[in-house]
Parts: sequence; C-alpha cells; structure tokens
Amino acid sequence: MEYLNLILAILFQLAQLLLVVLLAPLLTGWVNQCQAWLQNRSGPGVLQPYRVLRKLFLKDAVIAHNASPLFRVTPYIVFGCMWLAAAIIPIIAVDLPFSQAADVIALVGVFAVARVFLALAAMDIGTAFGSLGARREMLVSFLAEPALLMVFFTASMISHSTQLPRIVDALAHHQFMLYPSLAFAALAFVIVLLAENARIPVDNPSTHLELTMIHEAMILEYSARHLALIEWASSLKLFAYISIGIALFLPQGIIEAGNWAGMPLAIALLLLKLLAAGAGLAVFEAISAKLRIFRAPEFLGTAFLLAVLGLLIHFLLGA
Amino acid sequence: MQIPLSLQFINLLAALLLLVAFAMLTQRRILSLINLFALQGFVLALSTFVVAYSASQHHLYYSAGLTLLLKVLLLPWLLHRLIRKLNVRWDVETMINIPTTMLVGIALVIFSFNLAAPISQLSEGITRGLIGIALASVLLSLLMMLTRRKAVSQVVAFLSLENGLFFAATSATQGMPLVVELGIALDVLVATFIFGIFFFQIRETFDSLDITHMEKLKDD
Repeated sequence: MEYLNLILAILFQLAQLLLVVLLAPLLTGWVNQCQAWLQNRSGPGVLQPYRVLRKLFLKDAVIAHNASPLFRVTPYIVFGCMWLAAAIIPIIAVDLPFSQAADVIALVGVFAVARVFLALAAMDIGTAFGSLGARREMLVSFLAEPALLMVFFTASMISHSTQLPRIVDALAHHQFMLYPSLAFAALAFVIVLLAENARIPVDNPSTHLELTMIHEAMILEYSARHLALIEWASSLKLFAYISIGIALFLPQGIIEAGNWAGMPLAIALLLLKLLAAGAGLAVFEAISAKLRIFRAPEFLGTAFLLAVLGLLIHFLLGA
Repeated sequence: MQIPLSLQFINLLAALLLLVAFAMLTQRRILSLINLFALQGFVLALSTFVVAYSASQHHLYYSAGLTLLLKVLLLPWLLHRLIRKLNVRWDVETMINIPTTMLVGIALVIFSFNLAAPISQLSEGITRGLIGIALASVLLSLLMMLTRRKAVSQVVAFLSLENGLFFAATSATQGMPLVVELGIALDVLVATFIFGIFFFQIRETFDSLDITHMEKLKDD
C-alpha cells in the first residue's frame, strides 16, 4: 500500500511536470485573449503562444559575434528554473515527491537564479538596451524579492512549515478560519506578481518602446529557439506565480495525500481558478495605467509594507 | 483554540481599518483621501454592528447606525462640498516623501503593538488584540496630521483619528454609554462645520490653504 501510494505520487508528479509545461502558454494566451476582448479587439485566440513558439523554433538563430557561452546557455537555465518552480507547487494534490527539493525560500532562490542569469546575458552582448533592461530588472526585483519572502513567511508562520505542501495542507484541510494576515499577504503578493512578471503597472509585456521596457529590453538580442525558450519560460513563470497564489490564498479543492479519487474535481477546480485568475489579471491591467519607472520602487515598497503588516498582524491577533 | 467566527470577522475588519489608515497616509489626492475616509467609516460601522450582534449590546446598533449616517454619508458629503467650493482638488503635498512616511508608519505600528501588549494582558475579553490595532490607527492619523501641509487633509486626518478612538472604544470595551457617543458624534459634526468656516477664513487671509503660510507672523 505504501509503495503503491509512492508510485502513484511519483507518477502524478511526472504528470504535473508535463502538464505545467504544456499548459503554461495556454494561460498566457488566455490572458492576452481577455485583454483583447477588453480592448474591443477580436484577439489572436488562446492558441497564439503555441504558434509563436512553433514559428520561433523553426527559425535559424542569429547570435552576435561577441556573445560568450553564457549567452547561449542562459535560455536553457532560465527555462529549467521556471519549469522546476512551476512543477513543484501543489495545485492539484499535495503529494508531490519532488517538492522536497525546494521549500518556499529555495523557491525564491530558484527565481533569483533565473533572474541573475538573464541579467548577465543581457549585459553580455554589450548593447545599451541590454544593460539598461538588466539594471531596471534588478531595481524592480531587489524590491520585489523581500516582499515575496515576507508573504511566504506569513503563510509559513500560520502553518508552521516552509514546505509548500504542508502550508497548503494546513490552510486547506484544517478548520476554516479567516486570516486577516493572509489577506494582507495576498495584496502584497498580487503586487509582486505584477512586478515580477513584467505586467502593466510596472512594465508592459507588449511594448517595444525604449523608454518604458524592462523585460523586453533584456531579451532584445535573442532570436529563434533561444527566444522561444525565454518566452516559454516567461509563460511558465506567470503560471508558477499564479499557482503560488492559488496554493497560498485559495487552496480549497486541492486534494489531500492519498485521496486520488477526488482528482477530477480538483482538476476542474484548478482550471476554474486559473481561468478566473487570468481574467482578473487582464481586468486589472486594463484598468490601471503604467507607472513611471521611478514610481515603481514606491509601488513595490507598498507590497513590502503590506507583507510586513500581515506579519505584524499575525503576531498580534494570532491569525 | 478555536476563535468564534464573529471575532474572526472583527479581526479582519480591524486589519482592514489599519490598511485604510495606511492607504490614507500614503494617498496623494485629496478626493481619494475623502473617499478613503468614507470607507474607513464604513468598516467602523460594520465592526460596531458585528460587536453589537456578537455581544448582544443593543445600544451599539444605534451607534453603528449613527456612524454609518455621520461618517459614511454626511461628513464625506460635507467635505466633498467643501473642496468643490474652495476649488482645492489638487494633489496633496506632503512634508516627507511617501516611502519614508510608510517606513515611519511601520515603526509606529510596531511601537503601538508593543505598547498595547501589556494593556491587553490586563483586559479579559477575547478582543484584546484589537487595542494595539486601534492605537496604531490613532498614531497613524496623528502622523498624517504632522506630514500634511494642506488644511483640508489635516482635518481628514483629525476625523480619522476620531475613528481610531471610536474603534478602540467599541471593540475593546464593548462601547461607551449611548449619551457619550451621541455627544462625541455631535462634537465631530460641529468641529467639521467650524473647520469649514476656518478654511474660508484661512484662504481669505493667505490666498491659500497651505498652513506653512501661518508660520510667518509679520507682513512682508
């Protein structure tokens, strides 16, 4: 029985590994489609990211003469990091053998590794845009990272663990409670999500306007399969962040260890949550204006403030 | 230990109150400042209502209704009218920049939580954690009064300070006698009227509502 459960869990983990990598572009496509609808456009359809990926994979890569090996390996490292991150977040079941590999703090580290490599690769070619993008990315992320950690700490203190499956277990399967501290953490997390995924108030994913771009400036030198991997990694990153949000703040419906019969319901609920999160993201982007780059630190400072307040309120109220 | 649902709800509202206090502290526009003040009044009325329901204190229902009427409808309406008449829909100027204010605000919250810890040890009820939050929102309103230059936002800060005090009274001690509450409500209303008159006087004398002009004593 023990062995059977373990085998099932490993099988499930492998299935999730495949599922996230295949589903992530679909989520990006859904967000883009929602945005198109909100702007009264018909939109390219939810499958557009797959078409873009196929097109990019079929092209020949062009690489600058002075590119170092770092520039070539970065897309693979970034893609690997994001894939790992997205695969170990419990979104359907808490039985995830691989999730022992990284608790929430290590998860933040995995994101940081990807970011550092991306920034280094952006500066590697030596163009002005690359280093401009890298500097801005670092400015945004060094403020976003502590806020993200604080969000995780709040959840960890409520559940007395830094392992994501345990946190989900404590939040979803014990008696229902209102957590004011988690409400604060959720607000902070939304801000971090927007900043880290280059969404509208901080960065615009669909712009190539030199004054405002952050993420696009960094990957300007990439083409073909390298660009495809980085785009795919961006989709995976958005998917990972939304999954973290679901796991921490909306864990109802994620099945317990060993309860494989509840799987169809859990998957259906997950799809619903993802659809809602994607649509919510599109609506938020539609109603907010892009911030000046110098206002971004203030925006992220708000995230840090909210997360710290959440922690303090947890200390005071014990909830 | 399982906390009853009504108390969890009050805790959530208390946290919201603190959040609104922070939002007011960091707000740049005077219109949104007044809307936030109305929101704070609404949260306050709701929490008073929940306390009244859970402790079955009937006079608190009246107090919740009074809060709703006065702080959500009447005072914001008065303030909106006032800024329309004074034509002051400009951005609020703060003395210190906003990120610094936020950091000072966090320090104040930590300070008041620590300060309230021994007091809440003394009190019996299950709502004792709320004293710290009420104190924090009072101090945050004070900080807002200190950091704002314009008279209108200072008055909003003053009114929100009263909200914090009111929250402390209802949540921690299950409310004051109704006569006292009525008196305070009347005071706040009268104060707003008087402030309104002051605004016009200040503007007539100095051509502006920036109170730094009042530091000059001589004509020059």
